[in-house]
Amino acid sequence: MTTDERGTHDHGHDHDHPGTTPDANETGYYELMAEAMKELLIEKGVVSADDVRRNLEFLDSRDPAEGARIIARAWTDEDFKKRLLEDGTKAVGEMGFPMGDAVLIVVENTDDVHNMIVCTLCSCYPRTVLGLPPDWYKSKSYRARAVVEPRSVLKEFGTELPDDKTVRVHDSNADMRYLVLPEQPEGTEGWSAEQLTAIVTRDAMVGVTLPQA
Amino acid sequence: MMFSVGDRVRIKDSHPPGHRRTPYYVRGKTGVVERYCGDFKNPEELAYGFDGTPKRELYRVRITQTELWPDYEGSDSDTLDLEIYDHWLEKIGGQ
Repeated sequence: MTTDERGTHDHGHDHDHPGTTPDANETGYYELMAEAMKELLIEKGVVSADDVRRNLEFLDSRDPAEGARIIARAWTDEDFKKRLLEDGTKAVGEMGFPMGDAVLIVVENTDDVHNMIVCTLCSCYPRTVLGLPPDWYKSKSYRARAVVEPRSVLKEFGTELPDDKTVRVHDSNADMRYLVLPEQPEGTEGWSAEQLTAIVTRDAMVGVTLPQA
Repeated sequence: MMFSVGDRVRIKDSHPPGHRRTPYYVRGKTGVVERYCGDFKNPEELAYGFDGTPKRELYRVRITQTELWPDYEGSDSDTLDLEIYDHWLEKIGGQ
């Protein structure tokens, strides 16, 4: 349509403009490609429809409460914490959380160091212990800015860190997955693992916020 | 193993086409090997339907933010850690 035609188009609007109203159920290019790929894999017997369904069901069943239990245990069990930092995959496996093909690295926040996770290339995330990543984690803005101006990004999440604290950003760009072990907040000494689990949030385990008592 | 923890390394400033796991923003930058992660199938081969062998050694490299971004505004001690396969790394320094 040329500008002229648009100019003469009387806008009382009792009709649809095809293609201008996004349909929430519209199947996009990548959805179609994924669907075609899935059908081919099933047709060729590489995977079964039931495998796909079971995997989706498993991923949907994961949520940040799983990660919170891991953190609360690390805060209350010094030996477990040591194992978790030495070999995250093995330690979370002990608690019944499989990492699949991925390797889990747990990074510890201390008085001197704050850790923050990003995946600049896509949206790698420790899904088996945190569930699906939030939309902001997948956004181009977070992925680009977390590695360039992490302290500004942290401020936008309400996290103000002292200048002399080292900020370590971890780009999850290949085969490792990362989980932040936050510092246990003051005033929670002596709490049970169950009480502690309730204050460990998803964002704290990605390293953009600090847990609050 | 080709590299040891603490080795100073340069990430190759190379721009081959295709699927690469070395983000552009670290190419040509120098850092220190933080840990060896194990041997993994090469994603640059897997991406095109090959079997990913020979496996590549994967290292975590720690780079200071000031090395990455000359006008970085945070602390000089702030870092960026990421995973780089052996064929993207060159050892530097007098060892």
